[in-house]
Amino acid sequence: MSRYITRLRMRRTYKWNGRPVGEDRKLKRQYYESMSISVEGKTEDATVSLGQYILIEGDDDDNPFVAQLLKLYTDDSGKKKTAVLQWFVRMCEVPQNKRKLLGRDPHPQEIFFYQDRSCDNEVDGETILGAVQIEYVPVQDPFPVGKSRDILFVKLLWDTKSFRALDPELMQPSQSPKSPPPSSRGPQTRALPTPDPSVMKRAMSGILTRGSMSTGKMSSSEAESLHSASKLSAAKALSAKRRSQAVSGPQVRKKLDLCSPSKNMSRDDVLGELLDERSEKTLTSKLNTSPTGRISISIRLTPLNLNKEECVSPLSSHSPDKPRMTAHDKDDAASVFLGVQPIEDDDPEPLINTGRTPRKREATPRRAGLRGLKARTPSRRKDSAALREPALAALAEEEHEDSPINTAATSRSKRKSAQLVSSRIKKQLNLLGNKIGLQSDGEDGDDDDCFIPSKIDLQSSSDEEEEAKIDSEDELIVKKHRGSGTSRSTEKTRVSARTPRKTPSKKTAPATPRTPRHATPSIPSRTAPARKPGNVLEEARARLHVSSVPESLPCREQEFQDIYNFVESKVIDGTGGCMYISGVPGTGKTATVHEVIRSLQQSAEQDEIPHFRFIEINGMKMTDPHQAYVQILQKLTDQKATPDHAAALLEKRFSAPAPKKETVVLLVDELDLLWTRKQNVMYNLFDWPTRRNARLVVLTIANTMDLPERIMINRVASRLGLTRMSFQPYTFKQLQQIITSRLNRVKAFEEDALQLVSRKVAALSGDARRCLDICRRATEICEHSGSQKNSSGLVGMSHVMEALDEMFSSSYISAIRCASVQEQLFLRAVIAEFRRLGLEEATFQQVFVQHQALCRVEGLQPANVSEGLTVCQRLGSCRLLLLEGSRLDLFLRIRLNVSQDDVLYALKAD
Amino acid sequence: MWTPEIRHVASRKYAGQWREITGPAPVKMSKRRSAALTGAQGISLAQKLLRERLCHQKLPDQPVGLDSQYKYLLELLRRTAVHGESNSVLIVGPRGSGKTMLLGCVLRELMSLKEAQKNVLLVELNGLLQTDDKIALKEITRQLHLENVVGDKVFGSFAENLAFLLEALKKGDKSSSRPVLFVLDEFDLFAHHKNQTLLYNLLDVSQSAQTPVAVLGLTCRLDVLELLEKRVKSRFSHRQIHLFSSLSFAQYLDVVRAQLSLPPDFPDPKFSDEWNHSVTKLCEDKTVEEILRRNFNGSKDFRSLHSLLFLAVSRVSVSHSTLREADLIEAWRLISVDSKANVLHGLSILELCLIIAMKHLNDTYDGEPFNFQMVHNEFKKFIQRKSHSIHKFEKPVVMKAFEHLLQLELVRPVDSGVCKVQREYQLMRLMLEHGQVMEALQKYPQCPTDVKQWALSAFG
Repeated sequence: MSRYITRLRMRRTYKWNGRPVGEDRKLKRQYYESMSISVEGKTEDATVSLGQYILIEGDDDDNPFVAQLLKLYTDDSGKKKTAVLQWFVRMCEVPQNKRKLLGRDPHPQEIFFYQDRSCDNEVDGETILGAVQIEYVPVQDPFPVGKSRDILFVKLLWDTKSFRALDPELMQPSQSPKSPPPSSRGPQTRALPTPDPSVMKRAMSGILTRGSMSTGKMSSSEAESLHSASKLSAAKALSAKRRSQAVSGPQVRKKLDLCSPSKNMSRDDVLGELLDERSEKTLTSKLNTSPTGRISISIRLTPLNLNKEECVSPLSSHSPDKPRMTAHDKDDAASVFLGVQPIEDDDPEPLINTGRTPRKREATPRRAGLRGLKARTPSRRKDSAALREPALAALAEEEHEDSPINTAATSRSKRKSAQLVSSRIKKQLNLLGNKIGLQSDGEDGDDDDCFIPSKIDLQSSSDEEEEAKIDSEDELIVKKHRGSGTSRSTEKTRVSARTPRKTPSKKTAPATPRTPRHATPSIPSRTAPARKPGNVLEEARARLHVSSVPESLPCREQEFQDIYNFVESKVIDGTGGCMYISGVPGTGKTATVHEVIRSLQQSAEQDEIPHFRFIEINGMKMTDPHQAYVQILQKLTDQKATPDHAAALLEKRFSAPAPKKETVVLLVDELDLLWTRKQNVMYNLFDWPTRRNARLVVLTIANTMDLPERIMINRVASRLGLTRMSFQPYTFKQLQQIITSRLNRVKAFEEDALQLVSRKVAALSGDARRCLDICRRATEICEHSGSQKNSSGLVGMSHVMEALDEMFSSSYISAIRCASVQEQLFLRAVIAEFRRLGLEEATFQQVFVQHQALCRVEGLQPANVSEGLTVCQRLGSCRLLLLEGSRLDLFLRIRLNVSQDDVLYALKAD
Repeated sequence: MWTPEIRHVASRKYAGQWREITGPAPVKMSKRRSAALTGAQGISLAQKLLRERLCHQKLPDQPVGLDSQYKYLLELLRRTAVHGESNSVLIVGPRGSGKTMLLGCVLRELMSLKEAQKNVLLVELNGLLQTDDKIALKEITRQLHLENVVGDKVFGSFAENLAFLLEALKKGDKSSSRPVLFVLDEFDLFAHHKNQTLLYNLLDVSQSAQTPVAVLGLTCRLDVLELLEKRVKSRFSHRQIHLFSSLSFAQYLDVVRAQLSLPPDFPDPKFSDEWNHSVTKLCEDKTVEEILRRNFNGSKDFRSLHSLLFLAVSRVSVSHSTLREADLIEAWRLISVDSKANVLHGLSILELCLIIAMKHLNDTYDGEPFNFQMVHNEFKKFIQRKSHSIHKFEKPVVMKAFEHLLQLELVRPVDSGVCKVQREYQLMRLMLEHGQVMEALQKYPQCPTDVKQWALSAFG
């Protein structure tokens, strides 16, 4: 897709077309309808006008941002052109960990409607590259094939948490009151068929959002989130305030909101307003029981819809076969409405999961019609629509059976239940898909029997599908259609068919390819699962292992709070910053940062703060400082690049204005390893957060407190800033508390023993790892001695003492004591020679003379030179002696690696 | 130089050694048990058996004198294998103290456990072979059979390999992935790798909830922990198993007896009885005891003992079918001979005279370096004043003899060869001890008396 590059590199000039169409005197803004972009070297100018889909210059040449132009205005100076946009995202812009929520491979030209209120939707008009074609594809339809690669397709909506079906009306620009009404009222054609959004949402939610369980549940949870959104938490209110201040002061902000009420309003907001109005009564019953409510919604939506389409259609250039389609659709829709109404009325709705179901049903046939339309066989279409009605009734019943279970089971955060329910939904959806002939879902079910489902319930579900398949005859028709589809679409469905098998088990999550050959890095799994701890001591040992993640981090509350506040404020403000964290090893620096990120991610999940990406690199886990770029880029965008190229790409990414960027929190562990002579890695890491549009928070960790002063040159140190924090070594009380909290009421230690360990470690290093290791060793010693003399079974003082001795006592003395006679004599000779010379170094020759003399004194046969050298080398290899210049033979230089007193002490006691 | 390090590696043929689960009991021989063996067969069979034992081809049944360490290590590795608990441990002991043997025995025992047998992955690295992290990483990847290995080749750059391995280890978890035992022989050499990247990462894995690993380091350096960087050190569990032999001489004798004795299931019981009896008698012999004591005083490790016994056992032949005292004495003579003494025996009289001249110079100038001219002057003085048997040599001839000594490295230039000084005036040092020169003179065949006299005289 390098075709954009040329556009980018060329100089572009921007000009308003025509006269301003509106003016806001208070804000001193003049609104325009279109803008022309003339590119150097090209004769004709490109024109972009309101409602059109445009490309915005981004950090990626190949994939510029896509948006719909909503407004164009200039401020009073007339120099700065600003565009108000509705963003779309490409798959590559969706956070990597969320991509699998799509549940299928994205179409290469697929984009998503982007819905995020925290995202800035005003950009500089001069970043517009030009117009682009976007086509709306209803959820259940396949992507059109054979079209130009320039056309992008939009099918779904991405709201930073999940993919949802896109309400087609959102594809129309929301008009601000100030912008002029469209002058030309064209024929009342609808650009695209509009299936009911809720149906699509219902259909998609099962596959796409693992979090939302069933329709009933989803509607309520959505309402819940809206509700929580309406009563903002204190922090959020604060942040909103802060943000508005940052933009242009509260007053201006208010005005902005006044003049463009729907600017930021997404569908959720509208719905939220609707819901809030009626929040006194219970939501479900209201929606369910009063048909007026439902009707009012549909009435309200439709005309609006039509209006908008009118104004867009002349501007936006859609596919040429569009008019035909819409014509079909119109009468189709009408007939469908008539056909479905009775079924719906017959059905007594259960209280829980509806409000949506009726609407869905009214739409499903329409989609069936659509499907026929797609195949362009009008006669068959009618047949299929007719055939489907009985099937629908059956479906409705089944739904009622399932829905109470679904609603009962769920909570978004509970992993297991979520999986269970999502698999159930999938089952249900497959069923649904088979009967109605939904393109994607139906294929899901069909292809399922080609693969072996990993779970039993999936197996049973496919059995059910098989039965259902036999029942529904029109399945055959559907299959025929599908058969006529291209190879590409079948390929796609194969992938999507595999997804249900994958999602339930966490382990088989798609791996990020690291090597060119896409090898998956993994250690083979064991035949039998590891044994669980059997007794108290084993349990304690497992808990005391450094790797076991504690429920909370005691004794680091203050540091936790500080880091939390720092990161949270940056994330909320959408700004960047650096923080330097220092402390000796084993004081919980990395653990605390991880804990902070974990709880921030939790609150992001609950929508209290905006979403952010967390990326971690470790200076020790790379082979070269410049690999840092590669790793960051890979974790951000999953691209592979050479260090230089990666640096350039990152530089661009962090400096280009990209308003819908998420904040990135980058943890750089072992910072000192990133030191290079020119320090450009460090410089870049600290420079990026200072860029205006970077939205990068860098947390750096190293051991020494004065690292910035010691190794960084001024311009690097100054960019790092003064936000510093140092983790003090743990005091003995803290260490004790850490052990106690880890043990968590597993009674394995005597109180005194714990105190001894923590005091000893605190005195030496304050390293929590050490402390835990000693305790672990003490339990082992206890276990061994416990078998001999059965005391209390607890780890006592003696065990701890033994463990401490093992770990801290120097082994030199015992090594000397266990050395052979000649080795001991040689050591003595070394000391004697040192005393004689008054130096701390001697040659082998000198020492050897002493050694022979000592041998004679001891009554031993004096060793020859070869033996003497062997003895000397052996002592050297243990590092009791330090030897230098082993090539020098007799002139080998010898020094002692132990103090003379130690040697004498060891030899005397012998 | 034949340093202990090199000898150490050369004598260790340890690939696959641990994987043998069978003990040293010879299986083949049981066939021939019924038939009494001829003398020659018995001897060759006994020699084969003993040589295997002495050359470390076979692991002993039980490590001698290391029971507590054995239990500790076995328990530790068992917990990794069975419970999936990550650990790190260092086995520290002087050369020849049985570190590899201990580990081999422990792994043999571990692999015989049913639970561990199929679950444990073993990665063996040696600091002398994997001299940097790049090679080490490739070797690990190869031994783990990760997916970027095709045949014996590992693909990808250093950075990619590291990322791949870390990713692989990170994916695993305590209960479901197979534990990996990393054996790092010559652990101290890994600490000299750049940034200690490999050690940091291995130890970091052992301290975090990833694939269970046990990092086993074998080293002879007592100060190995000081080599570790502080963050690497913090991640190490500080478990050290020290192997210091505290054998007394009596125990040492017992070991010698045990090492030389034939096992009870030897095919020819008559021969083995005779052999064992002779071994017992041999150990009671005074001269033999003296030799063994000298060996014991030199070093307590079994490797030096084994090389002594190996030489002795090799001398057994059909003519004398038992191990005799003379065999051991001859073996000891071979072992304990001074390495330079043999060189001195092959010198010509002229060269010997030059060495004596150098010795005198050393005495006169208290070890200060000398040059050829000085040596030549000293030699001329001796010829003029005292010599009767030595002819006068031309200077170039003397120079040639001097250069020969230089080639034998009995003489070495002080600063290695970079100087532009004329060869006659280059400063040299004698690489011989006073005692060595005197001993060589004593043993030199047909050494002229005046040369001996000259050597014994105090100054020139």
